[in-house]
Amino acid sequence: MDSTGIVIGFWVLSGLSVVSALLVLLARNLLHSLVFLVVTFLAMAGLFITLSADFIAVAQILIYAGSISVLMVFAVMLTPLASRDNGNSIYLLPGLLGGLGIAALVGFVALDTDWAERTGDGLAATDFPGTVNVIGDLLLGRYVLAFEIASVLLLFALLGAILLVQDRRRDTNDGGEG
Amino acid sequence: MSDQPLQPLPRPATPMLRQIQDRPGVKEMALGVPTPAKVVGAILALGGAAVMAFIGFLVVDGQLDGEWYDIRDLGNATANLRDWLNDEGVDHRIVWIIMGTIGGLGIMSVLGGWLLIGSWVERRVLAKFQIRMGPNRTGPFGLLQPIADAVKLMTKEIVIPRGADRFLYFIPPVLIFVPAMLGWAPIPWAPNMNYLDIEVGVLYVIAVSSIGVLAVFLAGWSSNNHYSLLGAMRTVAMMVSYEIPISLSLLSVVLLTGSLSLSEIVAWQGTYNAWMIVLIPFAAFAFLFASTAEINRTPNDIGEAESEIVAGFYTEYSGMKAGLFMGVELGHAILVGALMSTFFLGGYTMFGIEEWVPPYLILATKIAAVYFLFVWLRGTLPRFRLDQLMSFAWKFLIPIGILQAFIVAIESSVFARVESPALITLGAFAVVNLAVTVVIVRFWADRLGYSPAQHRTVPKLIADGTLGGLKAAQKIRST
Repeated sequence: MDSTGIVIGFWVLSGLSVVSALLVLLARNLLHSLVFLVVTFLAMAGLFITLSADFIAVAQILIYAGSISVLMVFAVMLTPLASRDNGNSIYLLPGLLGGLGIAALVGFVALDTDWAERTGDGLAATDFPGTVNVIGDLLLGRYVLAFEIASVLLLFALLGAILLVQDRRRDTNDGGEG
Repeated sequence: MSDQPLQPLPRPATPMLRQIQDRPGVKEMALGVPTPAKVVGAILALGGAAVMAFIGFLVVDGQLDGEWYDIRDLGNATANLRDWLNDEGVDHRIVWIIMGTIGGLGIMSVLGGWLLIGSWVERRVLAKFQIRMGPNRTGPFGLLQPIADAVKLMTKEIVIPRGADRFLYFIPPVLIFVPAMLGWAPIPWAPNMNYLDIEVGVLYVIAVSSIGVLAVFLAGWSSNNHYSLLGAMRTVAMMVSYEIPISLSLLSVVLLTGSLSLSEIVAWQGTYNAWMIVLIPFAAFAFLFASTAEINRTPNDIGEAESEIVAGFYTEYSGMKAGLFMGVELGHAILVGALMSTFFLGGYTMFGIEEWVPPYLILATKIAAVYFLFVWLRGTLPRFRLDQLMSFAWKFLIPIGILQAFIVAIESSVFARVESPALITLGAFAVVNLAVTVVIVRFWADRLGYSPAQHRTVPKLIADGTLGGLKAAQKIRST
């Protein structure tokens, strides 16, 4: 943490993410909240980049800023009874409690972890390799069970979506020919 | 399409037709050049030839490798500048800022220069396909047409619809340019000429391009117009669907090369002298088709189909905001051309010629070729319907893409183990992939009811043994 660029980047990005995360809660319009949420995701991706975690940064942009936000947009658009304002909700107290719980958990883990900090010459001598190979090895080696469970879950989600939208009667129209 | 023969019409000699007939040929144009221009041209040509010969001499002599004047790779010049600045004792942060600025300006000047002439190129080439002249009134050959268009767009009154979301309305025209600019960063122009050589280049490209979806949606939603919203919805549905075939085809490329870095993918193709379009033709086709859907070009320009809906998601934008939406299509087109050349057409490599010709010129030529293909498709194919497009993505491209990825995965593990020369192995892969692709595509197309053989029509002009184009049209008109 002794390089000026990293320090500036950290404060700008974390300030951006905190401010836009607050604006997610405070904006009156639901779509405005969504845009601020995307800004939060992008700022977090920038924070990952300052930590040399290139794969996670790109995955953050791809999955959260690119896909989850579009999913949320569709959810907002396709539920006509949901009001478009970001007003009061009965979930305020449970949400706050859940958020506090997650913050406590992450804080505990962060304080408990041995971060292997390096400063000065040690930092300059450290080589930051790409993370893709390591992540791939771990995913298909040590954590292969979790990986497989996640893929099976996604497969069931896909099948469930097909089952939900499937027409009950046998559909003879098979697309192609108009 | 009716099968009636084209009747020769007694056409009046309109000014346009007379202009076509009176147009001087190449010979007359060459002879009609004034003498001073001839002299200047001869001097320039001789000077250029001398410079080329000198560079060739230096290349053969081996003096050119890595020096700052080695114009075959502009990365050498910046690397030398960086070393010089470091030797002078400039602070390394300032050096990095300078180098980043130079590279960024280089990339942005490519995009900006293309936006200056791109619309002229597109309209002129498209006019050739439709046997028209195209814009030819503003400046020589109509070259100043894009500038005139830009001035017109900028001086127009900006109309903001009542009830538009004042905050979200201004974001999309800017946001939609973000992927068109950021996507250029990881593309290698030469071995040392690579702005952002990251290990996750392929994922970066996909991630950056997924931001455009949000811009399209916000544009449709914030203009408080149901037609804009409908256009945005169908565009977003299409773009989200077609991201999957793109990812699957890039997955095939990544499996075969064993790297996510764009420079390594290009280097792999250069090492084995094998282009991906030969090895995995279906992936190349899927990438090309899905990219045209992703960037809203004909035959997949559902988002702003001019003849069906007004302008789709940007109906309510006026002035330069609409101009930005139109300009970003040009930027997207050459960006996809660059990605297509990098992934499937060998990037900056060209079977050894890249030692002599500057590699960035090779890449630029490939980009222009892919762009020409886009214009060709636009001038030739009719537009698909939305449901046809969606079912084509989900029922055709994605299943075959998954199968293709399986086959390529097996082949890459074979390639890692087998001892025989790479040319034989890769040639066998190419043959196998082509055969499998043809068989599967035929079978699956029959299953889905796409039956091209039933609608075989031969255009009348071709059937007569005449070639198409301007000459044929003149022949029809003159008879």
